[in-house]
Amino acid sequence: MKIKCRFQKAYRRALEHEEEALSLGSMQEAETVLAEPQKQAEGSLTVYVISENSSLLPQDMMSYIGPERTAVVRGITHREAFNIVGRRVIQVAQAMSLTEDVLAAALADHLPEDKWSSDKRRPLKSSLGYEITFSLLNPDPKSHDVHWDIEGAVRRYVQPFLSALSAAGNFSVDSQILYYAVLGVNPRFDPASSSYYLAAHSLPHVINPVESRLGSSAASLYPVLNFLLYVPELAHSPLYIQDKDGAPVPTNAFHSPRWGGIMVYNVDPKAYNASELPVRVEVDMVQVMEVFLAQLRLLFGIAQPQMPLKCLFSGSKSEGLTTWELDRLLWARSVENVATATTTLTSLAQLLGKISNIVIKDDVASEVYRAVAAVQKAAEELASGHLASAFIASQEAVTSSERAFFDPSLLHLLYFPDDQKFAIYIPLFLPMAVPILLSLVKIFLETRKSWKKPEKTD
Amino acid sequence: MAAALPLAVLVLLLLGLVGRGHAEPPRDTLREELVITPLPSGDVAATFQFRTRWDSDLQREEVSHYRLFPKALGQLISKYSLRELHLSFTQGFWRTRYWGPPFLQAPSGAELWVWFQDSVTDVDKSWKELSNVLSGIFCASLNFIDSTNTVTPTASFKPLGLANGTDHSFLRYAVLPREVVCTENLTPWKKLLPCSSKAGLSVLLKADRLFHTSYHSQAVHIRPVCRNARCTSISWELRQTLSVVYDAFVTAQGKKDWSLFRMFSRTLTEPCPLASESRVYVDITSYSQDNETLEVNPPPTTTYQDVTLGTRKTYAVYDLLDTAVINNSRNLNLQLKWKSPPENGYVHYQPAQDRLQPHLLEMLIQLPANSATKVSIQFERALLKWTEYTPDPNHGFYVSPSVLSALVPSVVAAKPVDWEESPLFKSLYPVSDSSSYFVRLYTEPLLVNLPTPDFSMPYNVICLTCTVVAVCYGSFYNLLTRTFHIEEPSTGGLAKRLANLIRRARGVPPL
Repeated sequence: MKIKCRFQKAYRRALEHEEEALSLGSMQEAETVLAEPQKQAEGSLTVYVISENSSLLPQDMMSYIGPERTAVVRGITHREAFNIVGRRVIQVAQAMSLTEDVLAAALADHLPEDKWSSDKRRPLKSSLGYEITFSLLNPDPKSHDVHWDIEGAVRRYVQPFLSALSAAGNFSVDSQILYYAVLGVNPRFDPASSSYYLAAHSLPHVINPVESRLGSSAASLYPVLNFLLYVPELAHSPLYIQDKDGAPVPTNAFHSPRWGGIMVYNVDPKAYNASELPVRVEVDMVQVMEVFLAQLRLLFGIAQPQMPLKCLFSGSKSEGLTTWELDRLLWARSVENVATATTTLTSLAQLLGKISNIVIKDDVASEVYRAVAAVQKAAEELASGHLASAFIASQEAVTSSERAFFDPSLLHLLYFPDDQKFAIYIPLFLPMAVPILLSLVKIFLETRKSWKKPEKTD
Repeated sequence: MAAALPLAVLVLLLLGLVGRGHAEPPRDTLREELVITPLPSGDVAATFQFRTRWDSDLQREEVSHYRLFPKALGQLISKYSLRELHLSFTQGFWRTRYWGPPFLQAPSGAELWVWFQDSVTDVDKSWKELSNVLSGIFCASLNFIDSTNTVTPTASFKPLGLANGTDHSFLRYAVLPREVVCTENLTPWKKLLPCSSKAGLSVLLKADRLFHTSYHSQAVHIRPVCRNARCTSISWELRQTLSVVYDAFVTAQGKKDWSLFRMFSRTLTEPCPLASESRVYVDITSYSQDNETLEVNPPPTTTYQDVTLGTRKTYAVYDLLDTAVINNSRNLNLQLKWKSPPENGYVHYQPAQDRLQPHLLEMLIQLPANSATKVSIQFERALLKWTEYTPDPNHGFYVSPSVLSALVPSVVAAKPVDWEESPLFKSLYPVSDSSSYFVRLYTEPLLVNLPTPDFSMPYNVICLTCTVVAVCYGSFYNLLTRTFHIEEPSTGGLAKRLANLIRRARGVPPL
């Protein structure tokens, strides 16, 4: 399968209200006026070229990227103005939209190992929905009585982010508190800072023992993202996570791609002085949610883009996700879905070629036809740049192809080995076959004799 | 592939209320309880109950936050709109005749009965999905529950919790008697407990002792209850119960002294900090039939008297949250001792182990005068593997004769025995005093005719099939395809010469 991506450019003069907006004093006001009237199509970008002397941008900045699908590029009076401005526009567009890196990350599962370096992190596999679980791990309830206002935090911080991301799938959130759940690794004591630390190379071993307590979701079949908040025991407080160089990580958290994130929350030592055990601990949800939301962005592969030189970035919206970041995610997901559907259908065809025993029923066949039609439609829509319909078609392609491939009726006649067939039928047919063969031989000999006889007696 | 997170990546603005959120008052409570009941037959029964009450109205909330109530069960309640769920796994049978009435009995195997809410449209589809999800949670084969073993009872199994209006079409009941309970079912059941086998009463739940019992039953019950006496709001109650009965002969070699360590191979070390109540009750109602009294060590601080299951019972109470009973330096190991008047009965029983050792039963009994005493024992003989049969299996199998050894009081006093002087028939058995004599009697051996397999069947089948095929088919084929043609007489042959020799000897003309 070959993928080519290109930008389709269209030029027009600025409309009336756009002229007014661009002559306003500051970028924020211009933003608000520009964004309202029309809703840009998904997957598209609008770049305004302003005059060289305009005061909309600060003097040294050449371009500006906004939170909605708009950008502003400063023009130039020069002989090569068209080329220079065109290059700047392309740079801005690449920062806001698809690049080769993004596509390579999306197709990580389908590329051979040498083309994909293992220290680049893989984003989550594309799925119809996700379930996000926040867990508070308290291994020492005798010493710490931990309370967290997770409901309020989810309502204020997580739900807006997820509703901005809702085009990418269905999300559901829940939380739990687990007691007596320990990390699988014993932290080491650092006498210099009189604290405990977890070295970077032991971090992968932390997750496995905890995972058995987390439980799998009973309610849905979507993949689960786990975010754990660990309050270390009194004997191991305070606990810091060290990175590869041995320095403590500022946020005291780490994440594992395609699984989730873990943050260690150290109890303020001043809380131990006055009172007896167990000490009441109120978790600061702002600090915790900052880290978890940033980890969620990284897990989805929404990374900081490469800003071109002298570019002003307006900063993110209050939900934490800009519209063009969402578009980029949908482009990557559509390509990934088409690749997955194609691979699944190809594997099914190869399987049928190798094992001739499999019977394909009518409903499986109709799913396969539907998957093929959806893949073709998704490819067409991607080629013409209609992002929303391409994404929906690609999701349908993946669903149909998986349903066809994993249908349980394919396995029914799979194991019917040849030597068992021989063992059953030979004792029955061999006694019958022997006299038949003998008489065939006799017939053949007699016929040969009767051929020879007319030769002799002539 | 884990990576630490540098702060420079964060580009978020967090608006809204800044600062720590205030925590709401705890909305779930946990109570745990263990009841130890010595049974009339010398065995002991232990019943654990862990009850989590969750003050929340599940139906109205979209996002669910769990603390003590396990997330797996809470998600089930909201997804399948359950009103009540009762699931039990049992191995063995509660013998009411020997053990008395049980608190909560369950059928052998797996039993699941569920009341759905009135809002469920397709009850059968929800039932099927629910049994599949439960089979995943508890590692049991509940996915074999389908329409062939599900019923809708119309009169029994009324809801055990709150209910307004009972339309029995929302009830489903299924039993799988074939289901075996083992450690794989106990482990996920233990994971649902908040203190999860690290503190409190769940420390005692060790699988290797819990399955060495004659009766093991673990259950999960979910139902809605009233939150207060006026019943203004509803809470969800989850009860996890585990009942085991320890056999005196298998576990304690016939002695009737029990302790927590002997039953569970653990003692209680600390209470569960999440529990609002954690108690151990020991039934000290003494049974007056054998003149035995029960002594509990350490002595209880409080007792509790009530009418349970129709009879008045007294319980010794040990509160684990009380530091006088248990603290950091002292474990709690309850010991139960039977103080009985000295008896002169003695029973020794050694059960059989297949292909290793037979049963052995020894009894020392005093026979009352002018009476007949009958001793009988029931046993079962297991079927042998077909290579273990003797060459004459139809003769039967022997059961060894029983032995009766007795010291019979003698009516007439006898002279002491002098080994060298007295005749030989007097010095067979050594006798200590002259008032009784020793006698040893044997019963007849028992010859039991057991069903034996027919060892010749495989050979019969092969012979019959081959004969039929060869004879019938062969003859038909020959009849259909044989052709006749004239053959010239041949002039020699060994058989003809031998025949001529014999004819000449007989004096008959040759061929």
